[in-house]
Amino acid sequence: MATTKAPGDLRLVQLARHFDDFVAVAGLDLLVPGGSFFALLGPSGCGKTTTLRMVAGLEEPTSGQIFLGEDDITSTRAYQRKVNTVFQSYALFPHLSVLDNVGFGLRQRKVADWRRKAMEALELVKLGDRAKQRPRQLSGGMQQRVALARAIVNEPDVLLLDEPLGALDLKLRREMQIELKRIQQEVGITFIHVTHDQEEAMTMADTVAVMRAGHLEQIGAPADLYDHPATTFVANFLGQSNLLPLEGFSDPGGEFVTAHAHGIGLVVERAQLPAGLVVGPGLTATDSSVRLGIRPEKLQILGHDSPPSANRLPGSVTDASFNGVATTYLVAMPWGQELTVTQPNDGSARANRGDVVTLGWNPHQAFVLAEAD
Amino acid sequence: MAALTAAVGGVAPPARPRRRGNLAPLLLLAPALLWLVVFFILPTISLASQSLQTGDIDNGYTLTWNFATYAEALSRYWPQFLRSFIYAGTATIGTLLLAYPLAWFIAHRSGRYKNLLLVLVVAPFFTNFLIRTLAWQIILTDAGPVAGFFRATGLTSVLQALGLTENDSLLNSQFAVICGLVYNFLPFMVLPLYTILERLDTRLLDAAGDLYANGWNTFWKVIWPLSLPGVVSGTLLTFIPAAGDYINSKLLGNTQTVMIGQVIDSQFLRVLDYPTAAALSFILMIAIIVLVAGYVRAAGTEELV
Repeated sequence: MATTKAPGDLRLVQLARHFDDFVAVAGLDLLVPGGSFFALLGPSGCGKTTTLRMVAGLEEPTSGQIFLGEDDITSTRAYQRKVNTVFQSYALFPHLSVLDNVGFGLRQRKVADWRRKAMEALELVKLGDRAKQRPRQLSGGMQQRVALARAIVNEPDVLLLDEPLGALDLKLRREMQIELKRIQQEVGITFIHVTHDQEEAMTMADTVAVMRAGHLEQIGAPADLYDHPATTFVANFLGQSNLLPLEGFSDPGGEFVTAHAHGIGLVVERAQLPAGLVVGPGLTATDSSVRLGIRPEKLQILGHDSPPSANRLPGSVTDASFNGVATTYLVAMPWGQELTVTQPNDGSARANRGDVVTLGWNPHQAFVLAEAD
Repeated sequence: MAALTAAVGGVAPPARPRRRGNLAPLLLLAPALLWLVVFFILPTISLASQSLQTGDIDNGYTLTWNFATYAEALSRYWPQFLRSFIYAGTATIGTLLLAYPLAWFIAHRSGRYKNLLLVLVVAPFFTNFLIRTLAWQIILTDAGPVAGFFRATGLTSVLQALGLTENDSLLNSQFAVICGLVYNFLPFMVLPLYTILERLDTRLLDAAGDLYANGWNTFWKVIWPLSLPGVVSGTLLTFIPAAGDYINSKLLGNTQTVMIGQVIDSQFLRVLDYPTAAALSFILMIAIIVLVAGYVRAAGTEELV
């Protein structure tokens, strides 16, 4: 099954798709490295599925180009592309056996030993004993795996997965996430996984591209996106963020600058500042909205024995919920904003509702967002 | 039931609702059963007995178990039987070829005109069958635009070469009879096909295209097998009445295009040879049952649904 030659990169150049007045995808530039596990992440209606269908050849782009390796495949038909899709609804042929479903693509291409290859693919997804059954005799998870086998048996350069785990329950989804990752590493095909589930995207993908309203919002490795989101949208779509509005900076020189929020000086790493942000006492009108972002798990409730923290925010606990792994607090700031704090269940003292606490965090673990509203 | 009631002794009431429950389906079936007995079973028996009687219209008929009528009827009218099945078969294929794309279009491409198109398919039924068929005499008349078009394009010679017409005119020919059959039974083909194609999941077509099937292979490997139940019911609904039809051959054909329905009609109503007419009816019925049973078995539709 393993492909010897690494597949070429997939490159989208100014790819756009309009439906009458509605712009589903607006001039998308994207490079998907060959052999990578790539996730297209975004809320429903952001254009990720339309992008996928254009790559598959099921949707015609309004403008732009698609390259697979060196070849421009923009105007080729779906059946001429070395691209296969695992459909959201599986779209298994109900009148064919599992084996015939998996062998469909091979037989269309007149591959002589289609039966052997199809059986191998079924073994890969651990369904070798179900070859003779009809799709509807299988459970949802099994049908999902048949759809996967039916696509990868063709050894495409790129495998597209359109929300493939959406219809499965949580436990099965976890299993399939691990399974998909294993299979991707085994066959070495480029996987492009479309999903609206940020956790799924981060768990599986090497690179995540976040889409919003037809545009590419940010692209990067899961940890980069999580720790250094470039926009408020990414900061909130990938996990939770506490965003503190900033009023200005002062520059003592060195590695850190001081940011001012509601009269409190906060230490911010200079490297975190977005390019072009003017460090000064007031913020200019163009960057009307500059905010400091801190993930809930990066915030600590400072105790008597905590090491000294450069950043200190006073507040009172308004809510505490314990879920076993961690406790999540809501802490009200003097100016009314509530910050979310997640404290791992590591034996440290827990706070109760009504307690007056001080929050601290490591300046290296905060990020700064600057966006014109 | 009785044993149960006896065992419980005096406590009879609980058994009563159950007995009513058992009777309810029978009561619901009764009107239909009665209808079938009075208007199908009894006439069939009467027809069977008629076919085995001898005598004449003036002196009356008596049941003599004269099976010879069947042999005579078959030996005299086998060409009309054969012709009926050939015409009905040809018309069924023609209907299928016309109806399939039409049904596909209505089901998947007609958008908001879907209901209008469906009404238009059924609309001819608002007119009398005889009138509709007579209209084809006008459509195919020698002076009409259709015949003019056929002559101008040389299609008349093609039809003659195929033996479907005998001369330059289209009317009173095998061609006209088959046209009439196709026209009259088209809705019986379109509606079942529409029903099945409308249910077809178009995402399967995306999947087929994704798996290297071009348009033609997508049709043969996915659409066609999934639509077989509709094809089978449509062809049956067309073939069975077409095989017994006598209006089209009478109004649009000639003496060489007589179908078996027309023979039965004249035996019953003009020659007044009731035993022969009854025997012919029986042979037709059995022949159709045998053909249909073989066809359904070959199509193997029970696996598809």
